[in-house]
Amino acid sequence: MAKDSRPDETGKPGSERMIGTGGGDEDLERRRLRLEATLAERRPASRDGKDAQNPSSKNSFGNAIKLSSEFVAAIVVGVGIGWVLDYWAGTKPWGLIVFLFLGFAAGVLNVMRSAGMVAEHGSQPPFGKDGSS
Amino acid sequence: MSNDPIHQFQISKLIPIEIGGVDLSFTNSSAFMAAAAIAAGAFLFFGSANRALVPTRLQSMAEMSYEFVANMLRDAAGSHGMRFFPFVFSLFMFVLFGNLFGLFPYFFTITSHIIVTFALAMLVIGTVVIYGFAKHGLRFLKLFVPSGVPGLLVPLVVLIEVISFLSRPVSLSVRLFANMLAGHITLKVFAGFVTSLAAFGAVGVAGAVLPLAMTVALTALEFLVAFLQAYVFAVLTCMYLNDALHPSH
Repeated sequence: MAKDSRPDETGKPGSERMIGTGGGDEDLERRRLRLEATLAERRPASRDGKDAQNPSSKNSFGNAIKLSSEFVAAIVVGVGIGWVLDYWAGTKPWGLIVFLFLGFAAGVLNVMRSAGMVAEHGSQPPFGKDGSS
Repeated sequence: MSNDPIHQFQISKLIPIEIGGVDLSFTNSSAFMAAAAIAAGAFLFFGSANRALVPTRLQSMAEMSYEFVANMLRDAAGSHGMRFFPFVFSLFMFVLFGNLFGLFPYFFTITSHIIVTFALAMLVIGTVVIYGFAKHGLRFLKLFVPSGVPGLLVPLVVLIEVISFLSRPVSLSVRLFANMLAGHITLKVFAGFVTSLAAFGAVGVAGAVLPLAMTVALTALEFLVAFLQAYVFAVLTCMYLNDALHPSH
């Protein structure tokens, strides 16, 4: 828990130490507070802006690789599970067939999820989680 | 042959080591992994060494990369996720430096081997699974059971969700590996056109300007890809860690 807050306060210890030794007085302190207020005011706005423009500015090649790798990976994993299951249980073609289709379904789910068309792993659709990058 | 576009990915043993029949040689890949880790460490160490109030360029870069990853993690996983900050930040810096080192001529690109990226992805997923079970116990399995599914469909949905979960390390590693491999091969092929065209005399030299321009443009693109893939890797790590932290929402 103690660790949680540490990375939050970036650079604060450094700046405070400088003020202490430099004897910059209230003027510096006041300016520092004003800077913090301005930064706090500006930070969420800029982050929202970045999020909003991110999908459009991302190059489409990256998007293509992302979506196709999601899709292919699920099928590969499905086939792998099916093959191993066949190997152990001796149900020669059936595990492969069934898990190929399940992998296909999982691949479609992956793609829809990463395209932001299906809610992330937690259902509850109104919960607008901003994880769909 | 020097014009072989695959030649750059070959592993060569620098110091052969064999312990109990297992090949543990120090290869060029290991050398560049060590170099990437040392360079990332040195960058941050010297960047934060003199802690000026008005940062130098190096310090500014170190602070920017720190805040970039910190904000990314906080956005994706909340302030609870900050306990994973050292992990995500080291991963990001390692992948970034590995990608960027690959852009030097004659350097080896560690992230162009799928076993390297797959090991990194397994590290991420292993952390997610172990931390998820340690923190939430069996409630972690609720990750695979979306709420509001009819009882009859639950086994099917769970199977699909499990496959979807298991495909994460694969897609995570394939994405990084495929981008780096494809980019470096394309670069090499276009650069190869320059020399083979130039062999045709004056007309060839004039024509070689085109692939040369393409190579320059591709190099710029590769810089973008190097940053983008490190970013994507880190963002997805954050999202997966978020699942481990909050599996039920």
